[in-house]
Amino acid sequence: MKAGKFWAWAVFILGAAYFFIPLIATVEFSLRMRRGVYSFDAYKVVLGDSQFQATFIFSVVVAIFTILLGVLIVVPTAYWIRLRLPQLRPVVEFITLLPLVIPAIVIVFGYIRMYGSNSPLPFLGSNLGANALLVIGYAALALPYMYRAVDTGLRTIDVRTLTEAAQILGAGWGTIITRVILPNVLIAVLSGAFLTFAIVIGEFTMASLLNRPAFGPYLQNLVANRAYEPAALSIIAFAITWGCMSLIQILSRFAPKSANRPN
Amino acid sequence: MAEPFLSIQHVRKSFGATTVVEDFNLDVAPGEFVSFLGPSGCGKTTVLRMVAGFEEPSAGKIVVGGKDITRLKPNQRNIGMVFQAYALFPNLTVGQNIAFGLKVAGMPKADADRRVAEMLDMIKLPQMADRYPYQLSGGQQQRIALARAIAPKPKLLLLDEPLSALDAKVRVSLREEIRSIQKKLGITTIFVTHDQEEALSISDRIAVMYGGKAEQVGTPFEIYNRPATKFVANFVGTLNVLEGKVTDAASGKVQVNSQEVSLKGKLNGSKSGDTLSLALRPEAISLARQPGHDTSLSGEIAEVHFLGSVIRVRVGIGGNSVSLDTFNNSATPPPAVGDKADISFSSGDMLVLH
Repeated sequence: MKAGKFWAWAVFILGAAYFFIPLIATVEFSLRMRRGVYSFDAYKVVLGDSQFQATFIFSVVVAIFTILLGVLIVVPTAYWIRLRLPQLRPVVEFITLLPLVIPAIVIVFGYIRMYGSNSPLPFLGSNLGANALLVIGYAALALPYMYRAVDTGLRTIDVRTLTEAAQILGAGWGTIITRVILPNVLIAVLSGAFLTFAIVIGEFTMASLLNRPAFGPYLQNLVANRAYEPAALSIIAFAITWGCMSLIQILSRFAPKSANRPN
Repeated sequence: MAEPFLSIQHVRKSFGATTVVEDFNLDVAPGEFVSFLGPSGCGKTTVLRMVAGFEEPSAGKIVVGGKDITRLKPNQRNIGMVFQAYALFPNLTVGQNIAFGLKVAGMPKADADRRVAEMLDMIKLPQMADRYPYQLSGGQQQRIALARAIAPKPKLLLLDEPLSALDAKVRVSLREEIRSIQKKLGITTIFVTHDQEEALSISDRIAVMYGGKAEQVGTPFEIYNRPATKFVANFVGTLNVLEGKVTDAASGKVQVNSQEVSLKGKLNGSKSGDTLSLALRPEAISLARQPGHDTSLSGEIAEVHFLGSVIRVRVGIGGNSVSLDTFNNSATPPPAVGDKADISFSSGDMLVLH
């Protein structure tokens, strides 16, 4: 074995160990709820908990609405920037990066001040309003991932020529976006959607400070008060995230292949 | 010309301070095939895009079938267009691509299916309906793009350098196919190209463009044989340009390197002492005197290139030089560099460039 290859494997094994040993330890710990034997008791307790089910469903519904809002905002914006306003791209990219720079806690305090029950827009005066605000906040948090995913998808197709080809065939903007652009960037949109899903499912700060019954605060509460269940929950959350990533990989096989870049 | 089907009137287009098309005028008869020929940046594609509606003219108007379409959106114009980059929708099959315009127009599915089959037969790809664009060659993709453009029966067909991305052999066969389909359907067509051979071989008329203007509009025969400007003469075909001095404007005498050439009737507006640019196509010149050639010039062989069936010779005549091709003859060896040589031509073939 050449020296270069040896070091490559050594670094790889070290990295894998750094990643997998805590994971294996967590799995092992989550199975030790019953004294002396390995069992799935911790998983049974977690999955059977009505609080788990309620908070998980709440977060899934919020994630779906966040994805819909994100797609509605990002797809037309990224498309228009590519088609007509390429000079604005750096500005929009900077704006979409802001949620990575500004901590969620700052955003949520801003929301509380702006949309409190005494403000002209009292989102926080009702449960529905607070849920809507949570969805809006999550859409902002997911913006860097969603925008980049969609923009990368748009880069693989000749947006301008395809738009013009559809226009000259009589299509209006609605038809162009739904029948030409969206199907060709669908996999990119789905990638963005799954990343959004993964973020929303585990998010704690916004949900907690807006006092929403989401999965993140439930997770935190469990960690503070129980021993084995948090380990089981971590593994479940991890499986959900990995499931999302696998789905992105599987779906990307069905992506329409570009005529100019067959693969 | 009969009533024009497409009329481009005093069209100008500026992007900021840069004017890319200046006072462009062209009338195209119904069923006519007109090519816009010119180098990159001459404004030919911009004019086409204004006809399609993708660019709005800064001034002037565009009339199709008697209707002013200058301010109409592209999807309201009923025009077909084929793009250089094919622009087939990658997510749709060939059949769905061709049916796209029909579906948008609200045609019932059965009628649309019939029309798609008809189009596939026309382009001789009847078995391709279920394939995806990435499964086709460049030539096949461009034929599908043509079928898609024609399927909704447009009033006008625009072809934006449709052959540029294809290899040489496919280019020749596809341009003939395009022309034959165009003739069969009788559809008025504008074809943009920078390839003079393409334009000369398939057009009814050619508009040679330069610097945002139409330098000359004429049949391929006129453009090649009677170029109106120096640019057209230089851009279309190979041309020898000689500098001459008018010695007697009234009798049409011009001196080229102290040798006299008679150009009766061609010196409109010139006066004795003027310097002129005179042009000759290589095929109009012979090495040594030929019957029917009334003018000859003496010079010296400067270069000889043996190309097999053809020998390309450059003859120096003072400060001027003239290229000509002669056929190879196994009985006669090619001339040698430095040999004295007489070239001859008919004075009628000599063009005066303005």
